[in-house]
Amino acid sequence: MSREVAVLGVGMHPWGKWGRNFVEYGVHAARAALADAGIAWKDVQFISGAATMRCGYPGYVAGATFAQALGWQGAQVNTSYAACASGSQALAAARAQILSGGCDVALVVGADTTPKGFLAPAAGYRPEDPDWVRFHVGITNPTYFALYARRRMDLYGATVDDFTAVKLKNAAHGAENPNARYRKRFTAEEVNTSAMVADPLRLLHVCATSDGGAAIVLSSLDYARRRGGQAAPRIAAISTVTPRFASTEVEMPDIATDSAAVAAGHSFRASLAARAYEEAGIGPADLSLAEVYDLAASMELDWYEYIGLCKSGEAEGLLRSGATSLGGRIPVNASGGLACFGEAVPAQALAQVCELVWQLRGQAGARQVQDARVGITANQGLFGHGSAVLVKR
Amino acid sequence: MTAPQTAAAIQGWYTLDDRPQLIGSRCLTCGTYFFPRQGFFCRNPECPGETFAEVKLSRTGKVWSYTNACYQPPPPYVAAVPFVPFAIAAVELAAERMIVLGQVSEGVDVADLHVGMDMELVLEPLYRDGGQEKLIWKWKPVRGGQ
Repeated sequence: MSREVAVLGVGMHPWGKWGRNFVEYGVHAARAALADAGIAWKDVQFISGAATMRCGYPGYVAGATFAQALGWQGAQVNTSYAACASGSQALAAARAQILSGGCDVALVVGADTTPKGFLAPAAGYRPEDPDWVRFHVGITNPTYFALYARRRMDLYGATVDDFTAVKLKNAAHGAENPNARYRKRFTAEEVNTSAMVADPLRLLHVCATSDGGAAIVLSSLDYARRRGGQAAPRIAAISTVTPRFASTEVEMPDIATDSAAVAAGHSFRASLAARAYEEAGIGPADLSLAEVYDLAASMELDWYEYIGLCKSGEAEGLLRSGATSLGGRIPVNASGGLACFGEAVPAQALAQVCELVWQLRGQAGARQVQDARVGITANQGLFGHGSAVLVKR
Repeated sequence: MTAPQTAAAIQGWYTLDDRPQLIGSRCLTCGTYFFPRQGFFCRNPECPGETFAEVKLSRTGKVWSYTNACYQPPPPYVAAVPFVPFAIAAVELAAERMIVLGQVSEGVDVADLHVGMDMELVLEPLYRDGGQEKLIWKWKPVRGGQ
């Protein structure tokens, strides 16, 4: 039995800081995806929402919230929360429902409305919550990004100019993306003179938080075939694995790593893509493009290695060769990435998949990757969550 | 009766003596260390352990990486007015094979740090609550270290 499902439609609400209810973005994206698929909402049998923690109870039950806003029609419903991987888990739930024969057509939706500035934890004295502890000590998300960046500089000779080059590359890609929030082609001087956030990372190296929404219509391959038309891109793998003990990389929001005194050490982020490749029988050499989580420009370089585009320590060379720019051998973040979108947590992993689908259909306009056949997404967030999705045509 | 002049910002996480140490735990079955303390079930999936000894972690280690905080973190960080940026280090403890994050001692800048540098644990004020200084662990370059 094939473990693949078809992507019939994708849609987004443009990213920005619109300040409106997240439900509006989700419904906008859902309607766009349904129209793209040529499917009526009443024919959707399973709706899977990616939850948001910042919009009250409707956010915790996002699947039902979107279903009600679209109009209750008796679909089976699911909501997934997995920090930055929420969209991928919602996607995985829909895929599982299709593959188990529970439905033919599913709609996956994620949307968020974000506050200004740092994403902060709940109040009180709560030392049992690692997220509370690290903020109390003064450790924010950019702290972690900067620790990884400094580590690359020390181990591999990365320079601030490399991080800036990632930002400039993604800004050039995103300038061509109507769904991106930032469409400006920055100069190196603008990036390198923006305010220092967490040395060596400056404001324009670090991604913003954004409002936005993304949606995907999935179906069984049989259903897609019966509808005829152009062969739809297929989801070949979804990896949402946990870390393995001992996880020896400094990970948000922990104040300390696991101890590898007894158990062998493992890299969480490398395991995400590895599992997806294993499931699909696809390797890094098969890729046409990748969408990776550039929470900071420097982290895009980490992902080159974690998804197997090059060996550890070779990411700077790959970047400098131009291979990861549009027109290069393996364009990364052709969408513009988080550098141009900012992060709308429950929508972001779905937005990555939307970009792959447009690319594989040849509908990406000025940012089109030539003859795109296989793409991978990779993302990672708090509390041991992350994902990688392989899409092929 | 007046309150003591200093107290731990996070109670029970570190000793309050002149040579402070983080307080962790160690699984009595497999020997894995935990910080913060683990008291119920061992998190090593190979280990069924449920009993732990309280242990004081190594008070020295080497810098794994470092950065600083140039923007004021949000609550529950309690910021001085005006906010004063501070350095942060991730320090690898050799015996525990574990990396522990923390602020760097006041007055030490990122320019003073490098990966592999020898650091030791100290206690310094994190914030002031009324007349009481709340102490937190910080990493400080070892004088004469690498």
